[in-house]
Amino acid sequence: MRHTISVLVENKFGVLARVAGLFCGRGYNIESLTVGPTHDRTISKMTIVTTGDDTVLEQIEKQLNKLVDVLKVTDLTGSQFVGRELMLLKVRTTRADRGEIVQLVDVFKANIVNVQEGSLIIEVTGPSEKIDAFIDLMTPFGIIELGRTGKVALARSSQTTEMLEPPAPFPEPSSAAVADVTEP
Amino acid sequence: MSTATRKKAPAKAGAAAPAAPAALIKGAELLIRCLERQGVRLVFAYPGGQAIELHQALSKSTIRVVLPRHEQGGAFAADGFARISGQVGVCMATSGPGATNLLTGIADAYMDSIPLVVITGQVPQRLIGKNAFQETDIIGMTRPIIKHSFLVLDAADLPSVVAEAFHLAASGRPGPVMIDIPKDVQQKLVPADLQARISLRAYTVPAAASAAEVETVRAAITASQRPCVLAGGGIISGNATAELRTFAESYNLPVTTTLMGVGAFPDSHPLSLKWLGMHGTYYANFAANECDLLINIGARFDDRVTGNVQNFATTAKIIHIDIDPSEINKNKHADIGIVCDAKDILRKLNHHPVRQEYAAWHRQIAEWKRKFPLTYKKTKLIQPQYVVETIYELTKGQAVIVPGVGQHQMWAAQYYKFERPRQFLTSGGLGSMGFGTPAAMGAKLACPDALVINIDGDGSFQMNIQELGTIHTENIGVKMVILNNQHLGMVAQWEDRFYGSNRGNTVLKTGDRPYPEFVQIAKGYHIPGREVWTRAEVRDAIRDMLETDGPFLLDVHVEYQEHVLPMIPPGGTYKNIIME
Repeated sequence: MRHTISVLVENKFGVLARVAGLFCGRGYNIESLTVGPTHDRTISKMTIVTTGDDTVLEQIEKQLNKLVDVLKVTDLTGSQFVGRELMLLKVRTTRADRGEIVQLVDVFKANIVNVQEGSLIIEVTGPSEKIDAFIDLMTPFGIIELGRTGKVALARSSQTTEMLEPPAPFPEPSSAAVADVTEP
Repeated sequence: MSTATRKKAPAKAGAAAPAAPAALIKGAELLIRCLERQGVRLVFAYPGGQAIELHQALSKSTIRVVLPRHEQGGAFAADGFARISGQVGVCMATSGPGATNLLTGIADAYMDSIPLVVITGQVPQRLIGKNAFQETDIIGMTRPIIKHSFLVLDAADLPSVVAEAFHLAASGRPGPVMIDIPKDVQQKLVPADLQARISLRAYTVPAAASAAEVETVRAAITASQRPCVLAGGGIISGNATAELRTFAESYNLPVTTTLMGVGAFPDSHPLSLKWLGMHGTYYANFAANECDLLINIGARFDDRVTGNVQNFATTAKIIHIDIDPSEINKNKHADIGIVCDAKDILRKLNHHPVRQEYAAWHRQIAEWKRKFPLTYKKTKLIQPQYVVETIYELTKGQAVIVPGVGQHQMWAAQYYKFERPRQFLTSGGLGSMGFGTPAAMGAKLACPDALVINIDGDGSFQMNIQELGTIHTENIGVKMVILNNQHLGMVAQWEDRFYGSNRGNTVLKTGDRPYPEFVQIAKGYHIPGREVWTRAEVRDAIRDMLETDGPFLLDVHVEYQEHVLPMIPPGGTYKNIIME
């Protein structure tokens, strides 16, 4: 089954490698993975789309949580959430079919962001199924290339997706030692 | 550095008195001071181009530096140090080959949850990514085998990084943590400010079991007719052996351990089944598989324990208690999974024990024990098992045994009787040949008063034979017993059982005389030794070894004659157990 997992991580270098490495090292699938900083610059949000049975998903969640830089893992699957991705698609055009393409762009509420003699770049956002459908429709015209971001997702509720509690204060193991420091 | 130039300990936090600014010291010196503050008294460190600053700083420190003869030896020594003492072991190496030589030791510590802090030099930041001389992305290389790692880009971060590294290594499920420090960071002059700002906001350590969880366990035990405890290395790292014993005695429960859990419960105890798994006792494997309630505390249902995990303990309700949430349901579905500290839940369970007789069950176990004890054939040759038994006898069961990996490791675990935790230090999860000698060295340095015996195989011993140099120069009084069968015995045994005895590079001998002459090699390192050729000499030779001050090497010619038994074939079940 396909799962959409939202992961809050420390915005530090190397975190993406740790997460991606965990997936490949343990043989889990990644269908898509997006990452970017949140409004708190110290925290990044990853959205991972993966497949697996319940046992695999349980392990993915637990193994992610085991990473020291992972703050919170939330499997959105089965809950109310909005998932969107963005695609840029470059399609071949001729004078004859340009009008038809523009109509389809309108129907999909997509945008034409670049026009050349013989090609258009179209920006589409929406659920992954909508993106897939748009690709199907463009295929007969001749797709030159395309890029997709992969899904980002937020829970519909008024809370944060992760319902992240404020972090507990760290029990400083060395705070006592700081005061007791003696010169060797 | 004199006291006058040192920043005074902050009397009042936050009250930033306009004191004189802290003196400037090199990043490397700051690192060593942070280690001192963590209570580190010994590091295993090998120098090199990118570690020279670290060694210069160490030379002015109170920390004892032991120079291994190979970085892998240093990592295993730090591991042995940690296993026997429960403290964080520290090893250091330079960048590139120094760092890559540590990898096996790091993986070993990761598999067995041993607290290590591994410090490596790295090429200067401006050279990172340029394929510079002796550059490797060691953070990248260790990522799957490490609890956490830090690449330090600012020397001022060192106090925080060191504090975080030691906390991570030792807390929760322990493990190795790496600190990689570019040379320019080691050289940078920074204020001698040891104040750590720790920001591990996502790292939590599960601790207490809830009252409801304790009740669930108690109820399950009450409802069971054939309960069995499976104790793992978590009992030892969680310092819960006393609580486990009280638990077993007050509830009247038989206890088996994993190989990592050897010593968690006394072998001589009437409720002990010794250890289970591929080469575990018949009765431990039968009890664990035929019980109706298996209480796993601090073990991870490793395949060497369970065989085919689907067919393991099929009639039992499974309780799995572990401090690492990811272990619950990873290998074996748990009917009751509890994430907590072993000591905590055992202590709570011990408040109101439910004692039942389980008479039929204990009778059944006694019958298995009587019918199928650990045993071996006595012939004219020297049986390796006999050597281990004699060591047990002559050391009165008091020695700390550190084997390498292979047949001898299994015999050491089977025929020495362990009574206390941290008495058997073994490479369980990774199964690293070459572990024994350096780990024994580290253990002896941590506990100089302990009698530490490295029981090794001739194959395994040769994988870190260079550490004889360290043993000599540091005068480390470890005893080394090589059960020399001129074979890679464990693999040869598999060849005998599953490959029609076709030898695939498992024979080490060449010519008639066993090779190499280990006693001669030891002599080259100024370490005394003795060869043993006949069964009649064994006892005297061991006594000789024990009575000699300092290190001693005993080369016992046991010949390849024996298989480790019992044996559950890989992927099999307890019903496939091979007894002869």
